[in-house]
Amino acid sequence: MSDQLLLGTRKGTLILDRKASGWTPRPIAHAGMSISYAAADPRDGTLWAAMDHAHWGPKLSRSRDGGATWDNQSQLAYPKGARFIEQHLPLPDQEPNPDAPPAYKDAALLKVWMLGFAGADQPGVIHAGTLPGGLFTSRDGGDTWELNRPLWNHDSRGGDLFAGPATSKNQWGGTPAAIAYGEFVPGIHSVVVDPRDSNHLYVAVSCAGVVETRDGGRTWAGANRGMLNDYLPNPEAEWGHDPHFVALCAAHPDRLWQQNHTGVFTSADGARSWKRVSHAEQAVHFGFPIAADERDPLTAWVVPATGDNERMSVKGGLFVARTSDGGATWQALREGLPQEHSYDIVYRHALDARAGRVAFASTTGNVYISEDRGDSWRCVGHNFPPVHSVRFV
Amino acid sequence: MPEVAFTRHLLRFFPTLQDSAVPGATVREVLDELDRRYPGFASYIIDETGRLRRHVNIFIGEEPIRDRLRLSDPLAPTDKLFILQALSGG
Repeated sequence: MSDQLLLGTRKGTLILDRKASGWTPRPIAHAGMSISYAAADPRDGTLWAAMDHAHWGPKLSRSRDGGATWDNQSQLAYPKGARFIEQHLPLPDQEPNPDAPPAYKDAALLKVWMLGFAGADQPGVIHAGTLPGGLFTSRDGGDTWELNRPLWNHDSRGGDLFAGPATSKNQWGGTPAAIAYGEFVPGIHSVVVDPRDSNHLYVAVSCAGVVETRDGGRTWAGANRGMLNDYLPNPEAEWGHDPHFVALCAAHPDRLWQQNHTGVFTSADGARSWKRVSHAEQAVHFGFPIAADERDPLTAWVVPATGDNERMSVKGGLFVARTSDGGATWQALREGLPQEHSYDIVYRHALDARAGRVAFASTTGNVYISEDRGDSWRCVGHNFPPVHSVRFV
Repeated sequence: MPEVAFTRHLLRFFPTLQDSAVPGATVREVLDELDRRYPGFASYIIDETGRLRRHVNIFIGEEPIRDRLRLSDPLAPTDKLFILQALSGG
């Protein structure tokens, strides 16, 4: 049971403690700074915050004393020679020329989107998913970071661009989440470590799909069989998918859950195949976050939204949907949540479940916690900054 | 040697930062020397490709530097350099 919640918000990092009087926020850390992701390393309790500083660049901050003090010594940077194939968001007056040779751009870190912690079998190993699409790994608790080159140089990205021109076609599309940074580049937002073996890792890429390694990051392969997209001529294309978030069941790690742009998907075989389990007639289809139960492989939570043009609560009523049968049916959980005039959207990292408690927060600054697996909800506050991430400590 | 003045916003990250004379024949050389004095400082001003960050400005006297990609603008010993943040955000 966790009695602490960590929020990464548009205006800083917040730690909430569960007290007799209720969940209580401490004074904000990193005041005024946008925090794209904040989480605790379950192995040693180190708190991490990814600062998305508009002026001074993306930086990591960590606290080894439970949030009393933070240091900014842990930094990651793309190595010299790291390049990617430039892409542009299609604009009406700038038609891309399909015959033009690829243009290359030197990579610079735009955003740390998510941190993923290895298990006890790999002490000190931390992964960071970033824009423009690089996965970084630290093997010393965050003192130093290294770009994972096999993934950066993957055939699906054009091959080894350190060595020269592209040798294959780039399959990784840009994510709209990058547009605010003035670029149209891919991003890694999900880093999922198999609790049985930390060398087995999934990452999810907007917009490409899920990519998997079983050898600690030396080789990678797409894991998108069964995924469907509704916006390409071939709905079963290997690449071009838009996962919004991927999570797995800790006690049954072959069970994965994926909230995708085109619905909710699950896999019962370690991402060898995926199956769509949306129920659009119940509005369980579009959304950003998904949380897997730690013990029960058949239980997961999503926060549905009207997609994809509106991106807010469905018909003004905020609800969480839970399945307890692997996605065959979904239950709308509304008790304690506003059922009119709600315009909330919950970002991909802003839902978490831990030992029966479920928490989520929205860009409207509302934070909700359930102590009974989502059956009922209590609002912690309405006036938080826009929330980017919610994680139990 | 050129005199360098900083926006006070940088004190949050580098509390000992002081306006001071810093040797260097170009803006980049001054920045490299500042990074030696204040480890990590350069990464707040430029990204890993060496480009000036989008929302950071450097002025020589009253003129913004011309080369935002490599910071090759030459400096005279009497120049004053200002490292500022652009007005943006919300």
